[in-house]
Amino acid sequence: MNAAGLVNQLLQGILVGGLYALYASGLSISVGVMRFVNIAHGDLIVLVSFLLLTLTASLRLPLPLAVAVALPISFAGGYVLQRWLLQRVLGKGILQIVLVTFGLSVIIQNFLQGTYGADTRRLSGSGFETATIALPGGIGIGVLPLTIFVVAAALIFVLDRLLYRTRVGAQVRAVSDDVEAANLIGLAAPRIYAIAMGVVGVTVCISAAFMSVWTNFDPTSGPDRLLIAFEAVVLGGLGSLWGTLIGGIVLGVAQAVGAQFDVSWQLLAGHLVFLAIFLIRPQGLFPRY
Amino acid sequence: MSEPLLALERVSVHYDRFRALHDVDLTVGAGEIVSIIGANGAGKSSLLRAIVGQAPRIDGTIRYDGAELRGRATAQIVRSGVALVPEGRRLFPSLTVEENLEIGSSIGRPGEVTLSEVYAYFPVLEQKRRQLARDLSGGQQQMVALGRALLANPRLLLCDEISLGLAPLVTNELYEIVPALAKRGIAILLVEQDISRSLAVADRFYCLLEGAVTLSGRPAETPRETVTQHYFGLWKR
Repeated sequence: MNAAGLVNQLLQGILVGGLYALYASGLSISVGVMRFVNIAHGDLIVLVSFLLLTLTASLRLPLPLAVAVALPISFAGGYVLQRWLLQRVLGKGILQIVLVTFGLSVIIQNFLQGTYGADTRRLSGSGFETATIALPGGIGIGVLPLTIFVVAAALIFVLDRLLYRTRVGAQVRAVSDDVEAANLIGLAAPRIYAIAMGVVGVTVCISAAFMSVWTNFDPTSGPDRLLIAFEAVVLGGLGSLWGTLIGGIVLGVAQAVGAQFDVSWQLLAGHLVFLAIFLIRPQGLFPRY
Repeated sequence: MSEPLLALERVSVHYDRFRALHDVDLTVGAGEIVSIIGANGAGKSSLLRAIVGQAPRIDGTIRYDGAELRGRATAQIVRSGVALVPEGRRLFPSLTVEENLEIGSSIGRPGEVTLSEVYAYFPVLEQKRRQLARDLSGGQQQMVALGRALLANPRLLLCDEISLGLAPLVTNELYEIVPALAKRGIAILLVEQDISRSLAVADRFYCLLEGAVTLSGRPAETPRETVTQHYFGLWKR
């Protein structure tokens, strides 16, 4: 392979990493900061993808408008989900929250199969997704992957500021530190966590929008997304949003390099690199706690 | 005399089948410093937890500023001007000193207490404002816990075992500001195991034994011998 080809592959890998970071950003908040495992994270992304599909295909809304409609719905969905379901099982041991979110994952998948069928879908970005910028030396960058990468970095910047520079962020971290102390001094943990999950909902909506234009999805795509997102969060280190971006890039590059040897190696290469780093540095690359 | 800021009438607290507090009557007026003394397990912490709505079952009436507190959520009670310095400080370890303090103003009653006032009481906290709470010494952590409660702008301040595990000199520093707070009109309810410390600063005191009040009065008018006997339950014999 020539140098330009290699650079091209690495570049693609980095940009794919942006997509991974995009859908890992919400999980980075729930796992890394709020400290619980949400098995349904990937399914929630797919659920919003189907919501966007309905808004664009059935109601004929243009995609940006559909996203604008879906954003507040996603925030409210996250808020309600946390307030009335997840919060009830938090602090009662690791198993309960895993079982509840696993159940939620199964319910979402079956609901989507029942409502939309098992067909593979894709959202249309009206030509946006195929546009390419040609760089000298035979290197081409897709406009969509580049946009996604920039959006991912911007989202992570905003989330990092929100969590580590604002009062609400400090409250979320306080509840994560010691929920009993929070309750004792009158810091209403259920409401604060509900707001945090609403923010996760917003990240879910943004990632659903971009992912559904870039790749195909069907009612059972959720768990694969969850796995990658999980790897990105753990690789980056719990509590570090920038770490999650780096984690996503590491996975994307590993997959791109793996695909050079054999296309069927693509996914496996990502998992192997994750395992290798996890064995050497179980706390992740940039742990915040 | 006008109605006291806080008035407990026949308050009992139950944890499952265990009764931690039994028919306690107690009042605290604005600007008054009231101490609760009693041995370990006498029900002192349960009393404070009952006031902020953090006990599983509470009977009786808890009137604060003319309204019943029982049945209200803790967050609501704190917003109405009741702040707790919990036993064991209970700071948020991964937050900075300043973030911990600001939690206080975000949960409390709107009002005039500012960060710079807290820093004036405890200058060392200003130097360490960017450090994580877990990296402070015990005394400094207690200062943050007290400062966090002050920033909630309380009319009634509840302090649970401020001196616990601290060197006497550090405790002195913390207790120095208590009269100043009372002078501002804040009602203060102190829970302490250290009798002399607690009686020195208090206007009135209550002595708890096995969940019930066995003695109350003014420290100056009560012989020390009597207090000690009630503290240990020796007067029965």
